[in-house]
Amino acid sequence: MISRRDLLPIWWIARRELRDQFRDWRILFPLAVLTLIFPLLMNIVAGEAVDFVNRYGGNLVLDRLVPFSVLIIGFFPITVSLVVALEAFVGEKERGTIEPLLSTPLEDWQLYFGKLLVGALTPLAASMLAIAFYMVIVSRQDLTMPNAHLMAQLLALTVAHAVLMVSGAIAVSTQSTSVRAANLLASFIILPVAILIQGETVLVFWGNDRVLWLAVLAVSIMAALLVRVGLAHFRREYLLGRELDTLNFRWMGRTFWRAFKGEARSPIQWYRVELASTLRRLRLPLLLVVALALLGAVVGFFWTRTYLAQWLAQTPPEEVKDMVAQLQEAADVAMPDFALSFPWIFLHNVRAVLVMFLGGAISFSVLGMLFFLVNMGVVGAAMAAVDLVGLSPWRMFAAGLLPHGVFELPALFLAGASILYLGAVLVTPNEQRTMGTVFIEALADWAKVMVGLVIPLLAVAAVVEAYLTPLILLWTLR
Amino acid sequence: MIETEDLSKRFDDFWAVDGVSLRVREGQVLALLGQNGAGKTTTVRMLTALLTPTRGRATVAGYDVVSQPNQVRAVVGVLTEQHGLYVRMTAEEYLDFFGQVYRLDPSRRRRRSRELLEYFGLEEVARQRIGEYSKGMRQKLALARALIHEPPVLLLDEPTSAMDPESARLVRDQIAKLRSARRAIIICTHNLSEAEALADIIAIIYRGRILVTGTLDELRRRVLGAPEYEALLSAPWRLDGFPLPQGVALSSQEGTRLRFRVKDPAKANPALLQALLAHGAPVVTFREVTRSLEQVYLAVMAQVRKRL
Repeated sequence: MISRRDLLPIWWIARRELRDQFRDWRILFPLAVLTLIFPLLMNIVAGEAVDFVNRYGGNLVLDRLVPFSVLIIGFFPITVSLVVALEAFVGEKERGTIEPLLSTPLEDWQLYFGKLLVGALTPLAASMLAIAFYMVIVSRQDLTMPNAHLMAQLLALTVAHAVLMVSGAIAVSTQSTSVRAANLLASFIILPVAILIQGETVLVFWGNDRVLWLAVLAVSIMAALLVRVGLAHFRREYLLGRELDTLNFRWMGRTFWRAFKGEARSPIQWYRVELASTLRRLRLPLLLVVALALLGAVVGFFWTRTYLAQWLAQTPPEEVKDMVAQLQEAADVAMPDFALSFPWIFLHNVRAVLVMFLGGAISFSVLGMLFFLVNMGVVGAAMAAVDLVGLSPWRMFAAGLLPHGVFELPALFLAGASILYLGAVLVTPNEQRTMGTVFIEALADWAKVMVGLVIPLLAVAAVVEAYLTPLILLWTLR
Repeated sequence: MIETEDLSKRFDDFWAVDGVSLRVREGQVLALLGQNGAGKTTTVRMLTALLTPTRGRATVAGYDVVSQPNQVRAVVGVLTEQHGLYVRMTAEEYLDFFGQVYRLDPSRRRRRSRELLEYFGLEEVARQRIGEYSKGMRQKLALARALIHEPPVLLLDEPTSAMDPESARLVRDQIAKLRSARRAIIICTHNLSEAEALADIIAIIYRGRILVTGTLDELRRRVLGAPEYEALLSAPWRLDGFPLPQGVALSSQEGTRLRFRVKDPAKANPALLQALLAHGAPVVTFREVTRSLEQVYLAVMAQVRKRL
């Protein structure tokens, strides 16, 4: 149980650094500019942009830009004060102050959270001040203020962005060997968050408040995972020991190959020993993924059955037709001479698995699992659509999905499980291995499952789907 | 107080410390001597539980460096190679921060801070930013930080480097006081006269291995051989037919200076002096020839280089 006595050192560390920051004009000056001048500039630029667009027949209203401006005004001070978080550990290392600090009886988590607190406090204070100042500007003009609910969402998003970026920066700081290296890595934090904000801006304009709360939740989960990753791989020894940041491709290749091939001397031995040991490690993730798949399919089924019928009843037929065409186009199935060929199905499925992997690799599995969940939701939705047109979903499932699904679903489950495992090992403390080694070994596990099982299963599934499933489906429909 | 057994640390393929076994009791000072990169700092970092040993074990004040790292850090005062001071803070704030981290109550923090600042002559600049301090002042403040929680074990890396002679003397006196207060101290230094003046035990480390360890007398005997004694005569004297007592050998004769190597001075010296006087040698003085730590160190390093 953590007591107040355990938490106090976090505040001591944060307070000391805050005192340092308030004595450094190089930190205070840009923050003051971003807090006081940027909201004014944003207000002027937004007004000018609206006037410009409207001059050419646009129908933009400045009020609509206020929530977007709040999001941006909150974001900028965070990016500037990220410098503080980025050099939290590595800066102290370069200045030689880290060793006396590490030699004290502070626990690792106390050190880490102390740095995290100070890293988040300054940007958040600056963001909130800037937003407050902007709201004062807005209130003095003939503009509509965002309602309390939207304002709460925007503030929650700003806090989540700050925690996400700062936790990423602190994690980078513990793993970098110099401030320069940490600053170079900052783009890996700023760019994804900037893209995220673009997506959130769409949601703000779209005005879907439920989805915006989901975005708050997703960003918060990511932030929590980043904190966990940083803490899991925080080692006093690395902070003192490592001096060089060399990209050692040979070492990376060797580590990957050793983990991929293992002790196997033949493909059969590889399947029997190495792949089997990886599958044993994937037992729990596999169970979770299957549970997630069921959940996704069930939610997809019931959501579609409830809302699709309502939507179809309320929407004019032309609009439905347009939307179906758009969906077909988005899914690459709108070509006039289109046919579900083996290569198309196989490549489509491999691409889906790769997208799932890429999403998972950059988000500690979160995005990967989200894609997986959406895929399973689509299966449920398809069954619901069948149900809505008066056919038996079970019969359609048995005839249209099961023949190739026997191969495709296990492949998807295995791919999902290996992505979930990748995220899980990254956020699990490992005393014996560096973060790089852990990542490469988990990557090798993913590759083993892909090469050994997922790709062969997807190939078989594609053959069945291209040649057998249509026949069974036609026979059933007749 | 400090015990290591086969303590070793490997970085990739390089053994920075290889099989170091040391023992420092309460009230003892051990000087760890060696070139740059010999493994002194790595040894100290393992004893502060900052680096995990690859092999072997170490206990500090009864705590194991691997299984009880925080207990170890709580009982150790460390002076690191770099001062590691926060330059935007004042000395008062700095010591208060570390006092807090070492869990001293506010009144004890203030008392210790005042005592140390006064002792090291920093009380007048206690409210100035550390960034404005000279190198020597910084070193003194760093030492004050290491002592703030009155630790039973001190690990000091170059404690008097960058200090003027007066300040260096202050630090040496402080170390001597701490030894009297039954602290166990390890100092890593290149300053051999300082080590000679302070250390009860000396260990010479080379490429991660301890080459020799022992008291200065033991090292002198082991490395440079039996002690030498010099008889200064008032006039040249012929040694022909002079019967040297058992355990005594003539090592050199230059004019009126005779040097003897004596295995057991307590037994042999009275006999030697008696024999010299009995045979009419005009002895003015009889004294032991001084053999510095520097001679021991250089001899050890020369032996190592010869072996390589």
